[in-house]
Amino acid sequence: MTRTPRDLAGARPGPAFTVRVDGREVDALPGQTLAAVLWADGTTAWRTTRVGGRPRGAFCGIGSCFDCLITVNGVRDLRACLVRPEPGDVVSTRDDD
Amino acid sequence: MTTTDAYDLLVIGAGPAGFAAATTAADAGLTVALIDAGHSAGGQFYRQPAPALNASRPKALHHGWRTYEGWMRRLAAHVASGSVRHLTNHQVWAVERVPDAEPGGSDGGFAASGDRATLFVAHALVGVEAARSVAVRGRALLLATGAYERQLPFPGWTLPGVVTAGGAQAQLKDSLVVPGQRVVVAGTGPLLLSVAASLVQAGAAVPAVVEAADPLRYARHLPALLRNPGKLVEGAGYAGTLLRYGVPVRTRHVVVAALGTRRVEAVTVAKVDRSGRVVGPERTVACDTLAVGYGLDAQLDLALELGCPAGREPDGGWALEVDDGQWTGVEGVWAAGETTGVGGAQLALAEGELAAWSVVARLRPGLPRNVPARPVRQRARLRAFASALQGVHQVPRFAEQLRDDTDVCRCEEVPYAGIRDAVTDLGATDPRSVKLLTRAGMGWCQGRMCGTAVQCIVSELTAGRAKAVPPSRPLACPVPLGVLAEQAGDPPG
Repeated sequence: MTRTPRDLAGARPGPAFTVRVDGREVDALPGQTLAAVLWADGTTAWRTTRVGGRPRGAFCGIGSCFDCLITVNGVRDLRACLVRPEPGDVVSTRDDD
Repeated sequence: MTTTDAYDLLVIGAGPAGFAAATTAADAGLTVALIDAGHSAGGQFYRQPAPALNASRPKALHHGWRTYEGWMRRLAAHVASGSVRHLTNHQVWAVERVPDAEPGGSDGGFAASGDRATLFVAHALVGVEAARSVAVRGRALLLATGAYERQLPFPGWTLPGVVTAGGAQAQLKDSLVVPGQRVVVAGTGPLLLSVAASLVQAGAAVPAVVEAADPLRYARHLPALLRNPGKLVEGAGYAGTLLRYGVPVRTRHVVVAALGTRRVEAVTVAKVDRSGRVVGPERTVACDTLAVGYGLDAQLDLALELGCPAGREPDGGWALEVDDGQWTGVEGVWAAGETTGVGGAQLALAEGELAAWSVVARLRPGLPRNVPARPVRQRARLRAFASALQGVHQVPRFAEQLRDDTDVCRCEEVPYAGIRDAVTDLGATDPRSVKLLTRAGMGWCQGRMCGTAVQCIVSELTAGRAKAVPPSRPLACPVPLGVLAEQAGDPPG
């Protein structure tokens, strides 16, 4: 039996939608954080560090570490673990410069 | 600014300590503003699924659900009646003390210096975009700002797929996702069992729980453990779940490295001795995710800025010193929950209640004092339990596993060699000098992720001569320059 977190919590979310991440459509559920949307998509890295050029994604998951910074609809430096995307949002992963 | 638009009590943080305090204070007739960054009351422990996910069984992800429901019913009634204003999605970045400008406003306000009453003003950023800040005024202040997870560096810890154990659980509770399909859970502390149990129940495979502590050390704390059968049952529940899913728990083991190129593909695990030093052979465990954490560090930024005294805890963390009424010793400022010693949700509830009673006694001296005995008893036994747990789950030795190029500060990418050279070559003897010399702790997270590690490394390299000071931060979170400029343009008071 395949268990999912949604089954466990008995979730009946509204219809799924997509957000555009660097030009690619990624499925999202209403209410989920962007980090959760990206994790569910199998994406774990969406930022490149300034000094070493290393990949980073969500680390602390509660808004404290700022490793998961991302750009949504042109607004930079949002924490993916806190921001909740809406249908049609355009997300771009950013390079520090 | 006048007292007429000021609440009796500002509660910062709507976790168990904060919601219990707000509810109890409102029960006694105070007006309360409950300010919190989350979308629902509950904090990290009782973190709720996003409402739009429409979860019919959120309790499947929680321990102590009925307790939470009971508090939420009472809080909702106060919110409906207007005695509690719950500001969700508001992150407080500073609290200042200002003179009460209202001529007759000294009733209930605190005279901190001279005889002019003062008010507290909490400044909070609104929403994730944080483009706007609001000010909320109150006569008394209760800090229930909770904790974040303590992290230690190791080679590979910056790889994608390495996440904090608490963060994995927070995203699971909030957004109903797991961070990966095969998740090793590692570090130390009671949180690990809870995280591993919820991950397997949610469908992830957990190849191992790797716990640095020696469970035999619990034997030294039997009286404290036996006074808390409920806590033991909770722990046994998690252990039972792990047994049922065949998850091995390796105690006295640590993850010494995460392996992979673009993301974690495996972790290396080794046995440690009682001091936490690696002694055993290494073995590799395949995984796509590592969920790791070494206990909790209290969020003390606001309290330290207001001058609240703090002391060291048995596990090396910092906590505010408070009296029996959870008063910090600073006029008008109370604290409860993890800020006064990490001890979990039940302890936070009791402390929140007691803090509220103390505030009520101070603001309404005419009311009969009827502090219930139950939270006093609960606090005493749960503090004993927390202190026992902290004694068992110490931070293991980790510096020997670091390579010269292992980043200690994730934000500013400061490697171990940089920290070491700042101490041994440049003469730094405390984390603050290391920060100025290397930028470790100067980035976005303001040292929340590397603070403990830098303190431990400096202490080890200076043979314990390093002075330990609690980590203070003038702003509790990054504030956009535009917001700060607006504040500067506002005449105070």
